[in-house]
Amino acid sequence: MNAIHPNAVSSHDSGGAYRTIGLFIFLTPALLWLVLLIVLPHLDLLIMSFRTEDAAGVRDWSLNNYLKFFQEPIYWVTFARTALYSVTSTLLTLAVAFPVAFYLAKVVRPRFKGSLFVLMMLSFWVSELVRTYGWMMLLRESGIINHLLISLGVIEQRVEMLYNDTAIMVGLIYGFILFMVVPIYSVLDSLDDSYIEAAYDLGANHWAVLRRIVIPYAMPGIASGCIIVFMLNLGNYLIPTLLGGKNSLWFTEQIYNQFIRRLNWEQGSAFGFLLLVLSSLIVWAGLKLTGQELKKVIQQ
Amino acid sequence: MIRTLPRSRGYNWLYGAYITAFYFYLFAPLVVVMMMAFNDSQFPSLPWQGFTLDWFIGQESQRVGFFHSSSLIGSLVTSVQIGFLVSTLSVLTGTMCAFLFEQEQFRFKPLLYSLMLVPLVIPGVILGISILSFSNTLGLFFENTLGVDIGLLGPGFWLVVLGQFSFIATLSTLIVSASLKKFDRTLEDAALNLGATRFEVITLITLPYLRPALVSSGVISFLMSFENFNTTLFLVGSEPTFPIMLYQEVRDGISPVINASSVVLIMGTALFALVVLMLSRPKGE
Repeated sequence: MNAIHPNAVSSHDSGGAYRTIGLFIFLTPALLWLVLLIVLPHLDLLIMSFRTEDAAGVRDWSLNNYLKFFQEPIYWVTFARTALYSVTSTLLTLAVAFPVAFYLAKVVRPRFKGSLFVLMMLSFWVSELVRTYGWMMLLRESGIINHLLISLGVIEQRVEMLYNDTAIMVGLIYGFILFMVVPIYSVLDSLDDSYIEAAYDLGANHWAVLRRIVIPYAMPGIASGCIIVFMLNLGNYLIPTLLGGKNSLWFTEQIYNQFIRRLNWEQGSAFGFLLLVLSSLIVWAGLKLTGQELKKVIQQ
Repeated sequence: MIRTLPRSRGYNWLYGAYITAFYFYLFAPLVVVMMMAFNDSQFPSLPWQGFTLDWFIGQESQRVGFFHSSSLIGSLVTSVQIGFLVSTLSVLTGTMCAFLFEQEQFRFKPLLYSLMLVPLVIPGVILGISILSFSNTLGLFFENTLGVDIGLLGPGFWLVVLGQFSFIATLSTLIVSASLKKFDRTLEDAALNLGATRFEVITLITLPYLRPALVSSGVISFLMSFENFNTTLFLVGSEPTFPIMLYQEVRDGISPVINASSVVLIMGTALFALVVLMLSRPKGE
């Protein structure tokens, strides 16, 4: 070994005061950020959800906010509906995205791949609001699709295509499909073509290749995509309110109403916590079922 | 089925049609929004009444264009300011965290790492309400015990910055970490051997190496901040950000000025994307 400069004693593995200071400097912002903006606010939310204020303005602990959720059908129906619709729209997103991911990974000629990707990204970098607004332009009673259908003579009366569940679904699929295409693409891209070729050589048909080779191989990507898309659907406020109108019955809207319109923060906190629990449970279940780690899912 | 194998014409044709339809689906709403910004009609819908730029530069009372609407321009400025602050804060914190997780050893590191990932799996709406309620609790606390009213803790500019930062910092950390992971640490050892202090090693060796990652995490943070809606919705005070402003306009009734604003936004984003693509392309190409 060569002579080592004194400073180098504090190499990567050994301790010493010098390292401790470094650790301290790097640790402080992380702790400030995570404790002040993540841990404490959510604890505060949890505490607030167990508080109520009676008519006389006296605050006390109680389960009222949660009881109210179960007593009023509008609340738990909306909750169940939001969960169910998020699952449905996630599966639909998967159905639309899978062929696209497969096409980009395995079918398209490599020299077009880059431009197809850039085009897709470009449309997703535009603000969520503008993209949702675009669907309002298309689906409105006086919108473009109505106009085209009438001028083509397909329909005689204008039809309101906005403010219904289908519009919400279309908007949600449109909103987050990129988060499904990219993870599936990146997994499929690493699938060796020779597996598929070998399967064909051995006499498998298209369906068998898809079901026994491609889909099992793509499973990690499918799982990551579904988890991310589900979460984004469940927690979305913009798309259901703009495309679903007053009757969208999305749970985030209930949270907004309690917090901003009625200023009943305690009730809103309880709702928020229920949504957080549901979201975490489903993400956790998704990870367990597919045997993946959160870390890897996010990094994809 | 795949490009190395012969495929039937029907299959090719069908697949091609599907992909075309998919891209049509992606762009139809955007194209429609842009088109209607130039239609000479009070409502952003067909039929086409002729080309006009009124919705951008109009000054008449019925047709105040985007560039003359002080509220829209004001919110755009607010969004840009917030975007700069959030991306600066996020890149700084993200870099520190990347060093922390990639180069330091300490107890509870896996726990802290998981905690660092958590903001990405919390729905944005919930992040918004929890930060809102916590800052309110803090504000009340300061008011009751110290008798000072800290305005910064109420909904408004700074709360939006903090709310967006709370999850964008995770993205920055992941981007910088990914780059730092590939860094050859023997370069640091060499510098230490040659007598550099740890501070010098970081500023002279590691940070220059990380530059591309820092730039791209800054750009992505800015974009995420600029477009954020769900978290911001709960934290805005009297100064709405651009997406919130547009949302309020859309909710109150659609008008071609919203389309014009969207065109500006789409153009801005495209320009931004172009810059990012130029930056991310490896040198020498």
